[in-house]
Amino acid sequence: MGIRFVLLVNKQGQTRLAQYYAEHLTLDERRALEGEIVRKCLARNDQQCSFVEHRNYKIVYRRYASLFFLVGVDNDENELAILEFIHLFVETMDRHFGNVCELDIMFHLEKAHFMLEEMVMNGCIVETSKSNILAPIQLMDKAS
Amino acid sequence: MEQVETGKKKKGGRREEERKKRRERTRDIIRAVRACKTAAQERAVVRKECAAIRSSIGENDQFFRHRNLAKLMFIHMLGYPTHFGQMECLKLIADTGFPEKRIGYLGLMLLLDERQEVLMLVTNSLKQDLNHSNQYIVGLALCALGNICSAEMARDLEPEVERLLLSRDPNIKKKAALCSIRIIRKVPDLAENLMSSAASLLKEKHHGVLIAGVQLCTDLCKVSATALEYLRKSCIEGLVRTLKGISNSSYSPEYDIAGISDPFLHIRILKLMRILGQGDADSSEYMADILAQVATKTETYKNAGNAILYECVETIMGIEATSGLCVLAINVLGRFLSNRDNNIRYVALNMLMKAVTVDPQAVQRHRTIILECVKDSDASIQKRALELVFLLVNNTNAKPLTKELINYLELSNQDIKGDLTAKICSIVGKFSQEKLWYIDQMFKVLCLAGNYVKDDVWHTLIIVISNAHDLQGYCVRSLYKAFQAYREQVSLVRVAVWCIGEYGEMLVKNIRVLEVEEPMTVTESDAVDVLEASLKFHSSDITTRSMTLIALLKLSSRFPPISERIREIIIHHKGSVELELQQRAIEFNSIIQKHPDIKSSLLERMPSLDESTYTRKRAGSAQANVSVFKSDQPTLLGASLKVPNGASHIPENPLVDLLDLSSNDKPAPTSSSKDFLNNLLGIGFENQSSSVHQGVTASAGTDFLTDLLSIGEPTVHNEISVSEPLSSNQGIAAETKPASTAGIMDLLDSTEKNTSISDNQNPVDSSIIAFQSSTLKITFTLTKQTGKPQVTQIRAIFTNLSQDAYTDFVFQAAVPKFIQLHLEPASSNFLPANSNGMITQTLTATNSQHGQRPLAMRLRMSYKVNNQEKLEQGQVNNFPLEL
Repeated sequence: MGIRFVLLVNKQGQTRLAQYYAEHLTLDERRALEGEIVRKCLARNDQQCSFVEHRNYKIVYRRYASLFFLVGVDNDENELAILEFIHLFVETMDRHFGNVCELDIMFHLEKAHFMLEEMVMNGCIVETSKSNILAPIQLMDKAS
Repeated sequence: MEQVETGKKKKGGRREEERKKRRERTRDIIRAVRACKTAAQERAVVRKECAAIRSSIGENDQFFRHRNLAKLMFIHMLGYPTHFGQMECLKLIADTGFPEKRIGYLGLMLLLDERQEVLMLVTNSLKQDLNHSNQYIVGLALCALGNICSAEMARDLEPEVERLLLSRDPNIKKKAALCSIRIIRKVPDLAENLMSSAASLLKEKHHGVLIAGVQLCTDLCKVSATALEYLRKSCIEGLVRTLKGISNSSYSPEYDIAGISDPFLHIRILKLMRILGQGDADSSEYMADILAQVATKTETYKNAGNAILYECVETIMGIEATSGLCVLAINVLGRFLSNRDNNIRYVALNMLMKAVTVDPQAVQRHRTIILECVKDSDASIQKRALELVFLLVNNTNAKPLTKELINYLELSNQDIKGDLTAKICSIVGKFSQEKLWYIDQMFKVLCLAGNYVKDDVWHTLIIVISNAHDLQGYCVRSLYKAFQAYREQVSLVRVAVWCIGEYGEMLVKNIRVLEVEEPMTVTESDAVDVLEASLKFHSSDITTRSMTLIALLKLSSRFPPISERIREIIIHHKGSVELELQQRAIEFNSIIQKHPDIKSSLLERMPSLDESTYTRKRAGSAQANVSVFKSDQPTLLGASLKVPNGASHIPENPLVDLLDLSSNDKPAPTSSSKDFLNNLLGIGFENQSSSVHQGVTASAGTDFLTDLLSIGEPTVHNEISVSEPLSSNQGIAAETKPASTAGIMDLLDSTEKNTSISDNQNPVDSSIIAFQSSTLKITFTLTKQTGKPQVTQIRAIFTNLSQDAYTDFVFQAAVPKFIQLHLEPASSNFLPANSNGMITQTLTATNSQHGQRPLAMRLRMSYKVNNQEKLEQGQVNNFPLEL
């Protein structure tokens, strides 16, 4: 299946972006899951590895300044590739927003979602070229 | 896109204004939420905003729809319910403008899932958009379908998607491919329609289409064997060429990551190769060269390179690779393992778990490094390493590995202790060759992590100790010592308490000292001190305390000199707030005080608990369900603790035989004591039995035993209610009524007195002594009628051996199910003293399993001596086999 969810969380543990793929969680389950994962990941230090096992997920996470990018994957997913994917996502947003920060994502939530939508569909990676990802979004910006 | 843009220009001015307003207003709520100091404030803000959105939706205001949905997405992300916005998404999707559609589809994917009936309504819009002339709108529809489609939608829209797979536009192609993945996952039957289009995608140049196509093929292989065969034939060649192409390609800025061209595509192709090569030697051979090339030539300075290498190793392990290639892969893992980067070490450990099945020897070589990883400060690495170590244990290395792990147990932190303990216990249990080693290791674990040891583990330990007759002394002394140092470890205390109760005298008298032991002197009161401490210790829970009370009771008979002190300790709990402890205290006190005559037999040492039954039970229930096992398991021990007396005195075999007889339809009788107990009860309740009260055959004598028991109840009740659950989650014990338990105790007690001797007399017209006590003797004279081998005539002769005459003498008998028993009226109910007379009574037994099982019978005699009621019971095991 690949990617089960993508979460962006700030240092305080507040969710800033959440996207689930083929995952039927009720709101309560979702909140509980996010809470557990965030507590687990934020407690770890830089020397520890970027992978945490939680329930039946493996969480691959990476920290950029005050933002944590958490990606939940299946057990047979390539963890190192997911790390690389997170970096690609951040670079893409960087290219669009210009040194992306938490506020950019909060105030342009839908854009962040559009970018993610171009990169991942139903838990599978669609596109890995930054310009291909951004092309439709820039077209939209120009149009509006 | 031109369409959208022209649409834009028409409404340009008004839209601009609206958008500004929307933007501001969406920002407002985000600011308001950000300004919240507490969760309660945030809830208030969100509630207010939701109310506003609802009323706006109610007014059906077109211009605010877009803005409302943007806000709802934000609210949804914060984790608040947003279902009321679902219909708004549908309206936006049905709109003609691209921005509306886009936010509508986004809202659909976020706020809805396929369980909602709303999805049915969207199918039509999706169908229209899939056929739209604008490629971006088609892209939106494909993306939404790929994320949320249900089985019905998959069937409805599959033709559209199939057509789009062959579109000229790469953006549509890649999305259609991923959408197909969702479709075939929902409806695997559709896989075969799609496989030829999927195979054609692999010939594309565009990376997006390629990666999507490769993933589609991977999923096709998973759901359909036909597709797997088809793809094996048609695309291995192309795949290998593509992989060669990208791994040799020069710098391509679009897809370059750290000097490697599109690692994601690499990885997806390698994954597909793994599936194609699995179990297929030809394909595996075909891809061997390129795999070797990737494994040797990939740069490993950066994460991206390592990711490819990692996938490549996994593929080599997965396919039917030659041994040379496998060695190459394992060497890569070895390098990974000694890498300083924790991420790399983590994936190496992960991979080695899979490699164990391929080449266990090669993995064993890395054992020391893996053991180091168990001690790593990183919980994720520890966990992986621990699981790997567990796979590496075999008979030769079990001892050193266990030693290492136990040493580490002392230093490990709380998080991993539970896991580590469970693993050690499992290794020790699985690989122990001698009991002493097993017991020693378990004691160490109990000392270091007794609080993490699961119930079934220490239950097993107790069973092993009860069977290790030579080591019981050693065990009780070691536990006594360990208790002094580690009394905060719950399960250590429990095992120690149990052993001291059972084998207290071995502790005091230093019985069966092993050579390795240091001599020690423990007085009787020292042993009681330990139990007293365990009762008082704050970490002792009710189970521990209940066990301690039983142990104390047992010691009271082992150490008569300090019996009084023990009684005082026990009586101290008479006022306990725990009903369980209170009851035990009162009952045990009365056993010590009022029933010295039966005390010693009641408090005999437990018989050896049956290991094989236990392991069988464990294996069975472990498969079924762990929780079932947990609730089931204590019953076993609890029940055995309940019958701590009598049983041990009786030679086991006759008893077992009898049980065997009675349990046609029950599981193996060798039995845990639970079965045993059931059987005992079962005889009384199920069997046809007769009562002299009625003087006729009682065809459905179910009340028989209850009758019998109720007579005896008042006198025996106190000593009997040892029927408390050992631990609170106990089923069976609770079901056995005190009365029936009482009966069992009596039955068992009297069997002790029963001096039945197996004799080899002629079965026909022979006589046996069925029962003999100091006061009463019963002789059976057995007669066979010719031509009726099943039927035995029994003439029972009762003789009074005591000084006093018996009045109101009543004899009762119970038999197993397969025997029918008919009792004639007795010759009299008065039995003169000093064997000066006798009562005779004729019984007719019909053995329906004649030749397979011998007769068996349980007896009960009630009579009055000087107007005082007396009761005696016994069982007859010595019927000749031929009956």
